[in-house]
Amino acid sequence: MRPGKMFGEILCSLFKKPATNMYPAEKLDMPKNFRGKIVFDPAKCIGCKLCMKDCPSGAITINKVGEKQFEAVIDLSKCIYCAQCVDSCPKKALEATKEVELAQLDIKKLKVVFGANPKSDAKE
Amino acid sequence: MREEEKFKIPIGPQHPALKEPENFSLALKGEKIMGVEIRLGYNHRGIEKAAEARTYVQDVYLLERVCGICSHAHSTCFVQAVEEIAGAQVPKRALYIRTLIAELERIHSHLLWLGVAGHEIGFDTLLMYTWRDREIVMDILALLTGNRVNYGINTLGGVRRDINKEEIETINNGVDILEERTKYYIEVATQETTIIKRLSGVGILSREDALELDAVGPTARASGVKRDIRHDDPYAAYAEIDFNVITDDHSDVYGRTVVRVKELMEAYKIVRQCLKDMPDGPITVKVPRKIPVGEAISRYEAPRGEDVHFVKSNGTEYPERVKVRAPTLANLRAVKHMLKDRFLADMPIVVAAIDPCFSCTDRLISVENNGSRDKQFLTWEALRNYSIEWHRDKGIDFTELNKNFRKRLGSI
Ligand code: SF4
Ligand code: SF4
Repeated sequence: MRPGKMFGEILCSLFKKPATNMYPAEKLDMPKNFRGKIVFDPAKCIGCKLCMKDCPSGAITINKVGEKQFEAVIDLSKCIYCAQCVDSCPKKALEATKEVELAQLDIKKLKVVFGANPKSDAKE
Repeated sequence: MREEEKFKIPIGPQHPALKEPENFSLALKGEKIMGVEIRLGYNHRGIEKAAEARTYVQDVYLLERVCGICSHAHSTCFVQAVEEIAGAQVPKRALYIRTLIAELERIHSHLLWLGVAGHEIGFDTLLMYTWRDREIVMDILALLTGNRVNYGINTLGGVRRDINKEEIETINNGVDILEERTKYYIEVATQETTIIKRLSGVGILSREDALELDAVGPTARASGVKRDIRHDDPYAAYAEIDFNVITDDHSDVYGRTVVRVKELMEAYKIVRQCLKDMPDGPITVKVPRKIPVGEAISRYEAPRGEDVHFVKSNGTEYPERVKVRAPTLANLRAVKHMLKDRFLADMPIVVAAIDPCFSCTDRLISVENNGSRDKQFLTWEALRNYSIEWHRDKGIDFTELNKNFRKRLGSI
């Protein structure tokens, strides 16, 4: 038995860099498989709604807005970022991004509408 | 002893040693615990019922969220049961990846526990260093699966993500560092006077009692019971992997610490074997959306002990019944026994020593009216009105605030 077994370790640590990062000043890169905010590409969507069917939390809604035109509404507050919709989509119209800072003060902004017109940016 | 000589103190439901809700009612005589009553149900989430309303595909994610720490345990346990009913032959590579993630999860869970145990005995230095080192394995998990917790690696019929050469190298490097660190923690645990003196003889559970009370996981193994589902009823790739079941005969909290740190070393061994022996091939096999009629029980050795899932199907896309038995439930009877005739100050570490996960345990909630006259059942609405009146009497009125709040909610 030896009291103060960790003492050496503590002394060494005094001269080491901190193990923590200075978030938010310093941001870490997310790993390559990261499942963050889901984005939708209306040009590829065929409106099969498989993503809606498989979404565990009912976060994604596909609406038909015209002939072969679909828009997606993703409720960021419901989404659990499992990316099952990405796996389910037969046309790869959905993609998981590395975006994580999704908190909003205004709850309305959590509903993201991806318009059917691919040229226009996603409205919030 | 007569009833009135005992002094009853409630510990919990807020923060009973851990940041999870559970209620322990301790009958004390002086500092000594004469009896323990445990009340579960404070965090009942209705997951089993919710599972019936979702398809099998959706349920994988739902059941993964039974527990944050052993999420892979629950999702694997569930998919195993469904795959068994569907008669799916999961590819070998997928089974190896599941095993790999399972062991990485065990590493992060045991390191987490070591830190929590240090914290409970006031040895926060240990907490700081173990949790710093735990980040290495968290980063590996994030690299392989995409997330630090709730990995989402499982799917019916296999896994969702493959693993490549560079990743294998990163894991190997990470595991090398962790192994060095764990050797150091084994030294600390077996030499540091504070730990040995504080944990020895605390929360004693003899081998006979462990068998009698059906303890599982490291709690049972620290009492010399060689009980490990990975060994007794191998699932995933464990049948092909060479590892030792760690047991210890200290039968106290110290023994449980030793078992866990030694299990870390075994986990590194298993991870290396998985990476070396992983066969090539596909990672998924197609499982139909509609699962044929049948039922299956699946067992899994989670970091905390045996996890059991029961699934009954009825030929549709929705399960008829899903039942989850988390390891903590199996160990709670042992906790009751361990606390009896011990000192109150030992309570936090004895409870923490089973590595409890109370929220995962809660499967139902029961409301009791124990017959006393001033107790009554209130409906939610009545309770709300009662609270509004009570505050109004004190001169506090929330009506305006409430209106504004409703307006804001209504506008969404
Ligand atoms: S990531 Fe998961 S929860 Fe979010 S929209 Fe896709 S399927 Fe639904
Ligand atoms: S699964 Fe893909 S193609 Fe089908 S509706 Fe969803 S986004 Fe469109």
